[in-house]
Amino acid sequence: MSSPSSQSRKRDPPTPASEDPLSPPSQRSRAHDTSTELQPMPTSPAMDASLFSSPMAPRSVLQSEIDASSPLMYGTPSSRVEGTPRSGIRGTPARQRPDLGSVRKAPQVDMHSEPPSGDAAAGSEQGTGAAGQRLVIWGTDVNVGTCKEKFQRFLQHFTDPNSKEDENAGLDLNEPLYMQKLDEISVVGEPVLNVNCSHIQTFDADLYRQLICYPQEVIPTFDMAVNELFFERFPDSVLEHQIQVRPYSAVKTRNMRALNPEDIDQLITISGMVIRTSQLIPEMQEAFFRCQVCAFNTRVEVDRGRIAEPAVCRNCNTTHSMALVHNRSAFSDKQMIKLQESPEDMPAGQTPHTTVVYAHNDLVDKVQPGDRINITGIYRAAPMRMNPRQSQVKSVYKTHIDAIHFRKTDEKRLHGVDEDGDQKLFTKDRVAMLKELAAKPDVYERLSSALAPSIYEHEDIKKGILLQLFGGTRKDFTQTGRGNFRAEINILLCGDPGTSKSQLLQYVFNLVPRGQYTSGKGSSAVGLTAYVMKDPETRQLVLQTGALVLSDNGICCIDEFDKMSDSTRSVLHEVMEQQTLSIAKAGIICQLNARTSVLAAANPVESQWNPKKTTIENIQLPHTLLSRFDLIFLMLDPQDEAYDRRLAHHLVSLYYQSEEQIEEEHLDMAVLKDYIAFARTSVHPRLNEEASQALIEAYVDMRKIGSGRGMVSAYPRQLESLIRLSEAHAKVRFSSKVETIDVEEAKRLHREALKQSATDPRTGFVDISILTTGMSATARKRKEEVAQALKKLIQSKGKTPAMKYQQLFDDLRGQSEAAITKDMFDEALRALADEDYLTVTGKTVRLL
Amino acid sequence: MPTVHDWINNPLGIVDEMFAQSHSSPDWEKKVVEYFKEKLKLNDAHAWVPSLNDVPLHYMKPNSLVKFRCMVQDMFDPEFFMGVYEINDPTSNSKQVKCGKYKDVTECAQVDFNSRNTVTSERQTFYCVPIPGESQWVKESYAGTSQARVVPSTSYVQNRHKRSYEEDDEMDTQSQMKDVSQGAHSSAESHGNMDPKRQETKAPSQDSSPSHCTSSLDLNFPLPGEKGPACLVKVYENWDSFKLNDMLEVFGILSVDPALSVIADEREASSLLDPTEGMETVEEQRVHSPPASLVPRLHMLYAQPLVHNNPLLPSSALENGDYLSSVLGELASVRAELLTFLTHVLMGDSLAAEYLILHLISNVYSRRDVLPLGKFTLNLSGCPLSSPYTEHLYNVIQQLVPSSFRLCMSLQNMNNQRMVPRKDYTANRLMSGILQLANNTSLFLDETQLEQGQLDTTGVQNITALGNLISWQKVDYDFNYHQMEFPCNINVLIASEGRSLLPSDCQIHLRPTLNPPNLEEYLSAVQVAQVPSQINKYRIYLSVARALNYTISDEITKAVEEDFVEMRKDDPQSMSAEDLHRLLVVARLLSLSHGQNTLSRDGWMKAKQLEVLRLSQTQQQKCVNGNEP
Repeated sequence: MSSPSSQSRKRDPPTPASEDPLSPPSQRSRAHDTSTELQPMPTSPAMDASLFSSPMAPRSVLQSEIDASSPLMYGTPSSRVEGTPRSGIRGTPARQRPDLGSVRKAPQVDMHSEPPSGDAAAGSEQGTGAAGQRLVIWGTDVNVGTCKEKFQRFLQHFTDPNSKEDENAGLDLNEPLYMQKLDEISVVGEPVLNVNCSHIQTFDADLYRQLICYPQEVIPTFDMAVNELFFERFPDSVLEHQIQVRPYSAVKTRNMRALNPEDIDQLITISGMVIRTSQLIPEMQEAFFRCQVCAFNTRVEVDRGRIAEPAVCRNCNTTHSMALVHNRSAFSDKQMIKLQESPEDMPAGQTPHTTVVYAHNDLVDKVQPGDRINITGIYRAAPMRMNPRQSQVKSVYKTHIDAIHFRKTDEKRLHGVDEDGDQKLFTKDRVAMLKELAAKPDVYERLSSALAPSIYEHEDIKKGILLQLFGGTRKDFTQTGRGNFRAEINILLCGDPGTSKSQLLQYVFNLVPRGQYTSGKGSSAVGLTAYVMKDPETRQLVLQTGALVLSDNGICCIDEFDKMSDSTRSVLHEVMEQQTLSIAKAGIICQLNARTSVLAAANPVESQWNPKKTTIENIQLPHTLLSRFDLIFLMLDPQDEAYDRRLAHHLVSLYYQSEEQIEEEHLDMAVLKDYIAFARTSVHPRLNEEASQALIEAYVDMRKIGSGRGMVSAYPRQLESLIRLSEAHAKVRFSSKVETIDVEEAKRLHREALKQSATDPRTGFVDISILTTGMSATARKRKEEVAQALKKLIQSKGKTPAMKYQQLFDDLRGQSEAAITKDMFDEALRALADEDYLTVTGKTVRLL
Repeated sequence: MPTVHDWINNPLGIVDEMFAQSHSSPDWEKKVVEYFKEKLKLNDAHAWVPSLNDVPLHYMKPNSLVKFRCMVQDMFDPEFFMGVYEINDPTSNSKQVKCGKYKDVTECAQVDFNSRNTVTSERQTFYCVPIPGESQWVKESYAGTSQARVVPSTSYVQNRHKRSYEEDDEMDTQSQMKDVSQGAHSSAESHGNMDPKRQETKAPSQDSSPSHCTSSLDLNFPLPGEKGPACLVKVYENWDSFKLNDMLEVFGILSVDPALSVIADEREASSLLDPTEGMETVEEQRVHSPPASLVPRLHMLYAQPLVHNNPLLPSSALENGDYLSSVLGELASVRAELLTFLTHVLMGDSLAAEYLILHLISNVYSRRDVLPLGKFTLNLSGCPLSSPYTEHLYNVIQQLVPSSFRLCMSLQNMNNQRMVPRKDYTANRLMSGILQLANNTSLFLDETQLEQGQLDTTGVQNITALGNLISWQKVDYDFNYHQMEFPCNINVLIASEGRSLLPSDCQIHLRPTLNPPNLEEYLSAVQVAQVPSQINKYRIYLSVARALNYTISDEITKAVEEDFVEMRKDDPQSMSAEDLHRLLVVARLLSLSHGQNTLSRDGWMKAKQLEVLRLSQTQQQKCVNGNEP
């Protein structure tokens, strides 16, 4: 049944003028598919005679009649395909042909003969339903009438109050979803209705099964149903062509690897990455022949890639007089797309599979190489003929997918609403298991010890990284003008070489789905951000993204952070606070999202950590960058006996424990992965009242510590860090509220990290200014003193406009009881010069 | 024995027969596989099956049972085929149901595509190459054990036009495979003649790592200078259990139907008829359906994963208790002899020889999250710069291990060679690289060849790849849009003058005590002095020692811990966690090299001593070199 409708649809380009008056009657008359045969009557001015002449016509006739007539059932304007200059319009209606295919045409004929009789009997809608029960499309169990009715009911009644799809934004979720979409179509005029298969499944499982098994028959039926419904509602609306239903998210198949012969000719959805797209291929839909003798024209449908060239002219009966006229033949757009399995779906040790996808008409050029997409389509297999002159056939089929719907999974990442496209589908059992795990009181400890079990101790560091993996809650203050608040936690590990920093980084990189691993030594600013290059094939400029952009919503692990060149590091400033990346090169100016957590590792400059120096001095990183790290950990060799013993035990057991023992002791990496993924997608904790109070107190306390000694020990940035850490900790517990215990842990961890990294080696106090300004308050005070002493010295010398540099230095050293280095002296001179007290030119010091 | 000939010469007949008997009940497929498995189990039945590795392809009878020792280099997409189909016989006008399994082409008759009896099945294609870097002695030895009597098949006339005529004489004279090694050689020869392009890849000398030209029809061998047939292996079941770079011995039905190669020529014509066919690019076509005379198809009946490719060892040596104990019995003496031999090769440095043994038996036996355990990359510094030395050293190693490769790290090589396999999306295949090696291959990096100069991007990537390989035992294959990590298990030995620029688990500085006036002569003399049977013992020794099981008792664990704490007390700098890691590996390998599968207190002490000795030897060098660790 479907086939006639699809055929008719395909060439229903609009001739806007004619439509309104016709539509209502035709709607009424055609409650079911059979009416197709009758319906062209009012519309078609051209050749409807043929129609009537053979209502029960065999296929070929049926086709030709449709070819000839301009079918349009709902009175949607139509004209001959070839005639319309507007190929775009014409193109879309024709879509149905290529993607639903015509493979089954022949078998369908059989049932064609039946419907008229059934219909004649059935006067009313219900009648058809009953009568229709007996009639199914050949080779299927689909009854067109019932199917259509079911689908209309679905459209009219389906609501999805819990919908989270961003496409549905702005729709009233309590009203029938698809009716609103139809409203939208009438306003926007884009005649495509995307239908989520899972909605159909929840609404009517049987309908869903039919859709999956016989998409080729069912989808055209859906089309009919939608169009009836639509034009009933909006009889006056003008559309380019009839509405096409595009189902997506068929749950049956998710993975390319799972495709097997049973899926042939079924509706499937698979995900993958586009690796190659072909040029546009014009595919002949209808061949135009003209008789050389009498100039009689005829059109021939292309059937399964073949054109049946008319041997005899129907008009003058000359044989072999028909010649193909290319210009007047009808073509449709077609594109071959190679899809490759996405790396996440692959079992280890195998190479990814690829599949050929054909996109038709308006789906052509919808995707680019490199896009991650979910594609819904019909899986096809065609036998390969090895030699046209031989009857021998290679016993292999060529397979491909005819695309019906594309959905880019990475597109969403550009619009904020994230972690939806690649949502992992957890089974109920899995979720229950994870929740059970979350309910355990020591879940935090368990998870942190499951993190990189081969690395010994460093409990706090692992906890920090664990929190980083979970991340804070993303908050949007765009409305108040503050933009997004960073939710990602950045961590810097510094310490002696050989303290398994790299190993930790490697582990994290392997754990998170969107992780990137780079080494500061080998990466350039370009490699981290993005670069523009010319595509060798298309000669277009293409933006290639670097590690930071690629790890959007993931973690970017940067090893040997200290070895990075300054210019490279400078790009991190923007990323680590604003979470965006601005690019202006080769005419491309844009801002990319780079909401990535940074996990960096740095080695001390002197290869060994010098405990007498501050963090800044040890790793020589600009403090502007350091202050963007929420947590800075030192990984040092503690050098105490108990630690050594435990370490030894840990390492030895690493070498002799069998795999099973290991499994028992620690949580599986897969569980950890799922746990994190689940928490990230479904837990969004918010601060409760007590927690906010606790945070305020914590912050005030931190400020207080330093104020006694005239130092600032906390800045708002630290408060933000605390909030993020608390939120992450709440996420670990799967709690939707941030409570006091979360704040406590955040405080503790933050303090631990500070203790390690921001302790002033001279005084032993924690001093945040080491990290924020690069110098401890005591050091600054000391500098001040030296400058004052120098000033005094100069003043004591009386009115000498110029002094020798060296002599002044010696004098100062002689006068001061503390040792004064040349550096300190220079600093003091500079400080005084800043005060406009003196200037230094070469080896002389001049007073001003 | 007619039965033998039957199942080897005409396996398809048996398959068809079983299919006919089955009356389309689906378990006939299992029965077929079982049947052949049973046949192959019979004492040395598998030796009767001719091997593609040592018998020239044109000697093979089409559609006969053959075996192929290979590595999975690439996995193509699964393909659907007509498992069962129906044909219309135009002569008798009757319909017949046929089985399409293990065949590439349907039988010539009208195939009824719309038949209800058609069963579509799925199979997977692997692109397999001979094990890269397989030593000559392995090939010879395998060929020597083969009992297959291969006479030029009668059907080979079919293929005749494909070869040049002068070859025919050669073939006739060799119809009886008397001298196997020569046979193997001529196989390569004649293969080369069949295709000029392949000759090209073969022509440059093997050891100087020539720049590998990627001709359009290259067979995609990982290593330059490789020869042998490549095969498209069609797998019918359990293909998920195979992994890339697995070593397999495939038993399958050879298919060299010339019709397979015709496709390319007919492409133009057929594309009109079948639009789907026109969509493959020429490159893809060439890669996925190369001429069957060059890349035969093999329909797998049964495949045995190879744990090792040492022909001197029974394939299941380690389950075989008797065999193991007999080897372990004389293990000590063999070890001593091997040590002496290697000491001579290393010019009298017995410590270095000791470490070399440890290196040769090292094996990644487990992975803890990202950390590979058991790898032991050795950096042999202080190698004499005169190039022949490293070459000789490599020759010795090549004699000892089943597969190996020497990579000269010259600037040119580093900048020009493709080390990491890369996916070629136009041809839709994985372009192989030097680092695509099977497990337990010895990779000999010759850093003495490195001169001053600039590394370009490729060079830097190659160095990074080598570094990753050494540190994590993994190679990140380049899939253009992303990288994919493939774990590997490759023994890397770096020969360098000073400390290597690559990371290594252990560095030992060579201290020659002998100073032969003519190094080259001396080394060849050392090698010649070894009797083949002796070398065979070494080979067995190394393979067995590597595969032994190993445990540490709780008691020793305690002792080791104590020891570590003690050492840390004295001087925390001298003993870091990393040192303990290494010490544990050394202790493990040392025990294994003595045939002990558990660590004894004694073994631990010895390992410590060894390390102290090594450090002192390296330390001394450091003063001269001034290179900090």
